Amino acid sequence: MDAVLLLESAVNGALVGLMYSLVAIGIVLIYKSSSVPNLAQGSMTMLGAYIVLAISTGVGAPIWLAIPLAIGVMFFVGIGIERLALRRLAGRPVIMILMMTLGIEIFLRAGTMTIWGGTSRPISLGISDAPLFLGPLLINRAYAFGAVVALAMFGLFVLFFRTRTGVVLRAISDDYTAAWSVGISVERGVALSWAMAAVVATIGGVLWGSVQGVDQSLALLLLKAVTVAVLGGLDSIGGALLAGLLLGIVEGVAGSFLDPLLGGASRDLVDAAMLILTILIRPHGLFGRHDIERI
Amino acid sequence: MFFRQAGIFHINYAADRALFPIPADRWMVGTLLALAATAPLFMNTLYLSSYMLPWLVWTAGALGLNLVLGWAGQFHLGYAAVMGIGAYAAVHGVRHGIPWEIAVILGGLTASVIGIGFAFAALRVKGLYLALSTLALQFVMDWTISHVPAISGGTQATLQAPDIRLLGWPVTSDAGLYYVALVWCLLVTTFMLNLRRTALGRALVAVREKDYAAAVIGVNSFYYKLVAFATSSFIAGVTGAILVNTFYHAVTPEQFSVDVSIQALAMVIVGGLGSIIGSYFGAGFILLMPGAMNTFISWAAAQFGLSLGIETLAHLPQALYGALIIGFLLVEPLGLGKIYNNVRDYLLVWPFGYVKK
Repeated sequence: MDAVLLLESAVNGALVGLMYSLVAIGIVLIYKSSSVPNLAQGSMTMLGAYIVLAISTGVGAPIWLAIPLAIGVMFFVGIGIERLALRRLAGRPVIMILMMTLGIEIFLRAGTMTIWGGTSRPISLGISDAPLFLGPLLINRAYAFGAVVALAMFGLFVLFFRTRTGVVLRAISDDYTAAWSVGISVERGVALSWAMAAVVATIGGVLWGSVQGVDQSLALLLLKAVTVAVLGGLDSIGGALLAGLLLGIVEGVAGSFLDPLLGGASRDLVDAAMLILTILIRPHGLFGRHDIERI
Repeated sequence: MFFRQAGIFHINYAADRALFPIPADRWMVGTLLALAATAPLFMNTLYLSSYMLPWLVWTAGALGLNLVLGWAGQFHLGYAAVMGIGAYAAVHGVRHGIPWEIAVILGGLTASVIGIGFAFAALRVKGLYLALSTLALQFVMDWTISHVPAISGGTQATLQAPDIRLLGWPVTSDAGLYYVALVWCLLVTTFMLNLRRTALGRALVAVREKDYAAAVIGVNSFYYKLVAFATSSFIAGVTGAILVNTFYHAVTPEQFSVDVSIQALAMVIVGGLGSIIGSYFGAGFILLMPGAMNTFISWAAAQFGLSLGIETLAHLPQALYGALIIGFLLVEPLGLGKIYNNVRDYLLVWPFGYVKK
């Protein structure tokens, strides 16, 4: 194992990790505003990619038009999920809420497959396949593009949380009872965060779809996204970004070391181990608040 | 009317604490037991071995999960992995010449020991974090089972489950396998029925309601969470071993994947948290639903002249299954067990509804 290969897997891992954090940001947004752990983020990602495909192939719209249209559709899907399912469970035990998001995950995933079928389809963003060399390092252009989009989304969210609506959302995540008592509509804020999570999911779905094709495997990003979200601290968007980087690098390097030893598929093991270690050692994550109940 | 309470006066403590104080319940349980015991006589072997048997085994499994989820209130997303541990341990035990009964119990104990590993996460964190760590442990177990050749017999391998020999007698007939499942299901049911009137059961409920409050009244929540996970894992392990021996006859890692964990959770949620009759309903509902849905969908498609693709038919039951979980949580969060109780409460005083409160 030479240094160049190690560096190459670290750099590509970091880019992939930033793309994981794109999915994780959705979980963080929802958890911040309503303390709901959204296990349906994976299938929302998948649904977003399928809607983009449906618009671009069904209507024949070019991809740059199909993506904003799909984002618009997913905005209302997010609001709908919150309004129809989650709002009625407010105040129930977390077991019920987790099971509800799991039910939504199954429903969205299987519903998407029922409508559009399970065969993997390509989605082309017009990124060339030509290798990109950074010195001696070979870098995947699609991952690099995804990482740039993830950073851009993070920047947008930093700016957004300085606007009036953003301040409202921050107030809700700080203390929703207090926010309620000063006249903030908590319901609308929570619905907005679901809508934004759905929008981020669409963008993540398109980027991941362009890398690995649009099929059921997009929903499996859930485990990575959950790991990233927990590692970064469930209520910190910046934390999700850094945790994505960290997980990507660890996964990339450990994967290239362990795969020959363990006979493949060691990345999932690394993810699960990271998740367990985070929960056991530092359950509030790198940047989360310290008020998580511990026993 | 049916469940008449008039004239039932308890004159000693034993009668007051009976499992079924109302005669109608006793009659019903007795009739169902008689039907279950004689099922091989009047039931088609196909129905017996492909519907009744998995239903009974899965009911035992759902009851085990209900112990940890409904009684102790701890989330467990890795239940199928624990069942898998029991199944693999038992199969390997029998292949190494251990008698079947002992191998099954060994499977349960192995599952119990590893299940306590799941509990260690539970002892540090709760709620969401517990759910996520058990989910991660499920993935670790999946990976270990499928990537260690000593356990799974190599990648993509199927390990044949040896035939059951109960006290030296080979059990191979459909009826024999059915009785094995029935006895195990009844054992677990009896245990769970009695749990609610023991100190253990009350302690678990106290931990579920609020662990600080439980600690204040002298219940060691640390200890009881451990006991809940260990007991539930033992039930899971034996259930997994029996499921493999009586139903699948071979063991593969996919039988105990994360989807199966979610299926077991769905059984408990649809059946009702902490409800024993609910676990029967939930397991039956989740097991029979895909088949019934397929029949219904193809009937509806033929009726309305729709032609549905193969992929649509393959995924539609799964989508409806998700919709059912959502629907139950919205409409009746305590599941089918609560619906049964509502009907029973209504019939308890029917036709004098005004008697109720």
